[in-house]
Amino acid sequence: MVDRIDEAWIARGVRRAPFGRFLLWAAPWAALLALGAYAIFLCLRDGLFHTNMDNRYVFGLWIFLDLAVIALGAGAFFTGFLLYVLRKTELRAVINSAVVIGLVCYSGAVLILAVDVGQPLRAWFTFYHPNVHSMLTEVTFCITCYLTVLLIEYVPVLLKNRRLKMKPSMLVFEYNLHKVMVVFALIGTLLSFFHQGSLGGLFGVLRGRPFAFREGLLIWPSTFFLFVLSAMAVGPSFVAVTTWMAEKITRRRLVKDEVYQTLGRISGKLLLAYVFFKSLDTLLWINQTAPERGFPAHRFYEYGGAFGTWILFTEIALLGLVPALLLLKPEWRARRGLLIAGAALACLGVTLNRFVFTIQTLALPTLPFDRLLLYWPSWQEFAAFGFVLAYGMLVYSFSYRYLKLFPQERELAMNEAKR
Amino acid sequence: MRKQGAETRAARYAMLIDLDRCNGCGACMVACAVENNVPPPQPAATPRTGLNWLRVFRLNTGGRDAFIPVMCMQCEDETPCQSVCPQKAVELDPATGIVGQIPERCLGCRYCMAACPYQARVFNWRDPQWPAGMERALNPRVSVRQRGTVEKCNFCHGRWQAALEKAAHDGGSGPVHYTPACAEACPAQAIRFGDLNDPEFAAACRSGETFRLLESLGTGPKVFYRTSREEVREATRGFGEVKRG
Repeated sequence: MVDRIDEAWIARGVRRAPFGRFLLWAAPWAALLALGAYAIFLCLRDGLFHTNMDNRYVFGLWIFLDLAVIALGAGAFFTGFLLYVLRKTELRAVINSAVVIGLVCYSGAVLILAVDVGQPLRAWFTFYHPNVHSMLTEVTFCITCYLTVLLIEYVPVLLKNRRLKMKPSMLVFEYNLHKVMVVFALIGTLLSFFHQGSLGGLFGVLRGRPFAFREGLLIWPSTFFLFVLSAMAVGPSFVAVTTWMAEKITRRRLVKDEVYQTLGRISGKLLLAYVFFKSLDTLLWINQTAPERGFPAHRFYEYGGAFGTWILFTEIALLGLVPALLLLKPEWRARRGLLIAGAALACLGVTLNRFVFTIQTLALPTLPFDRLLLYWPSWQEFAAFGFVLAYGMLVYSFSYRYLKLFPQERELAMNEAKR
Repeated sequence: MRKQGAETRAARYAMLIDLDRCNGCGACMVACAVENNVPPPQPAATPRTGLNWLRVFRLNTGGRDAFIPVMCMQCEDETPCQSVCPQKAVELDPATGIVGQIPERCLGCRYCMAACPYQARVFNWRDPQWPAGMERALNPRVSVRQRGTVEKCNFCHGRWQAALEKAAHDGGSGPVHYTPACAEACPAQAIRFGDLNDPEFAAACRSGETFRLLESLGTGPKVFYRTSREEVREATRGFGEVKRG
């Protein structure tokens, strides 16, 4: 009886796990959510001394992972752009899922940012007297606006719920929203383009940090463009990985193979372009930018260990070139295992890139008589991020259960039943 | 490259620190903390989370140790911390050339700390606390900062304000003369404070034996160091071994 309690809310023609089993799945995530909420409460009540950040590691696990999830969440804006603007209609099969992932990534990142700043109640100051020269101002404006766009884009997904669709006014509303969704896709693309770039610009403009500083075009350092390109490259990969994970967890086919192929092909092409420009940028930095500022680039890697040259090689070759080739070669891409491996490696690559710019930049001393410092996050930092992870899993799970995240699911289920 | 107009400021306060005189006693650090209401470290604080506007590094060059006091360098060329602050909590005062921090406006994002090549900025990780009774000894000219905000050396802004008021009272005009607490407290008289628009002081700062830290970054720091020891000058250019003072 309990297992069928929510049947009226589940879309027709698809099967979902019994309600009891769904609750069992959600329970550990809810527990992690509670632990994370407690850690966040401690930081907000007492101050950031609960973290292991310090006057050198002014950014830690939170900012690093924020940057990573925002890059991975780029699948939302880029899939929307591919579908609504470039008319890649096969991506309609994953657009709802991409929007939910984007919403989770961005809202989670904004929440962690609010905990990370020392005076969160003053966040509105940035809007009231902004410093227009600061990349952080651009990030704040664009992320806030884009999160609003994502919330608007989530509404039609929400209105796909079976019970909500029974109300005629909701149907009309959803129909009208669909007609203007291309406008939001374009606005979202523009906003996302700028803030992905500004996040790269955050580090590229640091004239006092020769490890991160880059020359650029007009007011934008090269990291501005590289962050945009890398986010566009891994966004579709992350959508492919999450869809594949959803299929494995639910043990159902959710999208046709051509969708994976399209996502993989686009991701591969963009990743190859990113690897090319990243390599070019690195060569320019090694031979010109860093030495001109009195820092021969090899000095940055003299400390070895966690921050040796291996990290540069891994980022560009192992987690850049290799996945690009895996995703580009049609024979390899046709094998699901290799395609997902390539997509996952690409996601890891962009995560490592964000780690390098956030953590390695701060670890390296600039004063010649200072030393390398290391940092390990506190349990509160891990738990607070666990909160975002749990929140994401729960929102996605509920969305999958009650909304029509994968429009092809019903057709694929019927085909399988016919066999 | 220096911005146009920099030479015509009312004042360009700067420091000249004689490393041959500095013996690393730390009196400057204590004087700085007392003058600027920097709270004493709490039991759980670490050297990495402490509030020091001024740190003294010990430099081992093989022979006699050298001590290098490092504070905010009051950079005047495209000041790195000023340009990154999202809500204008950092300002370069054109009347003094001093980089000011406005804690009441600070978001606590710490982007300015990441931007500072000298790591001269510190964050209030905890609520400031003073031992019972000690709060009565606080300097009324300097506001106490809140938890979650960034702070740094401002060449003793309270003293500058007092000197300005006195000059106004006396009917004076132009740049005022005052001495920051660290320079006043230094028993070896290693710290000299002055105005770069004063030709005599400017010449002293640009003598053959002076240098600035990380000058190649082009941020225009206004703290100059002097030493006759070539090995010390050399160690400030490369990655030498160092013990924290």
